[in-house]
Amino acid sequence: MLEHYLSLATKAIFVENMALAFFLGMCSFLAVSKKIDTAIGLGGAVVFVLTVTTPLNQFLNSKFLVEGALSWIGLPEANLGFLKFLVMIGTIAATVQIVEMALDRYSPGLYNALGVFLPLIAVNCAILGSSLFMAERDYGLGEATVFGAGSGIGFALAITALAAIREKLRYSNVPPPLRGLGATFIVVGLMSVGFMAFSGIQL
Amino acid sequence: MSADRDALLDPLFNNNPIALQVLGICSALAVTTKLETSLVMSLAVIAVLLGSNVAVSLIRNQVPASIRIIVQLTIIASLVIVTDQVLKAFVFDISKQLSVFVGLIITNCIIMGRAEAFAMQNPVRISAMDALGNGFGYAVVLMVVAFIRELFGSGKLFGVTILRTVNEGGWYEPNGLMVLAPAAFFLIGCFIWAVRAWKPEQVEEEFHVGALLEPGHEGHLR
Repeated sequence: MLEHYLSLATKAIFVENMALAFFLGMCSFLAVSKKIDTAIGLGGAVVFVLTVTTPLNQFLNSKFLVEGALSWIGLPEANLGFLKFLVMIGTIAATVQIVEMALDRYSPGLYNALGVFLPLIAVNCAILGSSLFMAERDYGLGEATVFGAGSGIGFALAITALAAIREKLRYSNVPPPLRGLGATFIVVGLMSVGFMAFSGIQL
Repeated sequence: MSADRDALLDPLFNNNPIALQVLGICSALAVTTKLETSLVMSLAVIAVLLGSNVAVSLIRNQVPASIRIIVQLTIIASLVIVTDQVLKAFVFDISKQLSVFVGLIITNCIIMGRAEAFAMQNPVRISAMDALGNGFGYAVVLMVVAFIRELFGSGKLFGVTILRTVNEGGWYEPNGLMVLAPAAFFLIGCFIWAVRAWKPEQVEEEFHVGALLEPGHEGHLR
């Protein structure tokens, strides 16, 4: 059982890295990877939110939305699957809001560190993507938690590495039209090649 | 009239949503291994963008500022649900290939970005033009990238063999990198390079790599 979870986590962190293999969360990945500090802040917030929302969405999805899920209140034929997107994005937006308020109240230090990134996260495709992948692959509650945390760690790893590279990149003489976004794309491409070395690894 | 034309044509190259505004990159990279999926994805995004810009613009004076994000999200999510159901009904195979990326149109920053930055302040007609312009700007990048990836990655265009590959008894040795994830990054990087070499005013200042991209300012580059 533990092996299964471990293998799932490795897969989510390295092999199927959210940012580098599935291109999810690209907007903030490119926008907030200028400095290592901010990148770590965003990475931490993503790990946190993913670990909370993926199991929550798994619960809602399996108990209310999939075909036959409502049989426990006597509606075995109901299929609310088409509401999936709306419910999931609602859950994510609400969770982010609650997390933000709770952090503000109970942990001002962490709130100041993550604060600016939390609202940004509600519309980060990595969060919704992780929930949708979880629904498509029929993960259980435990698997969803591991998958959510793993995806978050993978994203945090990738964005921190990219920020480190971009800090060094400032000292190099890039052709003017390629400066900024263009060079960043090519760097991310090379990182993605690097991460492909992990493909096929099974624990 | 010229305002309409600017709203429609400006996002194609001058202010391209992907190349300059850095919006909607996630899906642009993921669905471009084939022209067919890119075309369907582009049409879906244009439809949702048009619907959301028009709807947001219609109710812009009635929505209190404090709840506008959740209102926009609800409108967009509903439109995406409709789009998803239509795709499932008429092009089921492609809808399966696009898998989660149809759902991810909800968090596609182009749609939120244009609703927030443009449709909230402008009347319906010009918002619709802006939606079409940005949608086509997105489609242009997708189609260019998909054209290169499909042609050189598998020797086909829209599933029709153009370059017969070695496996099928032809002469073309397909470039395996093209169908993998990194090629998408390289191609979009080169696309940006080409656009900026053509229009030098878009070049970013040295030592200000991404300076315009502080959190919360995506979509307000100009």
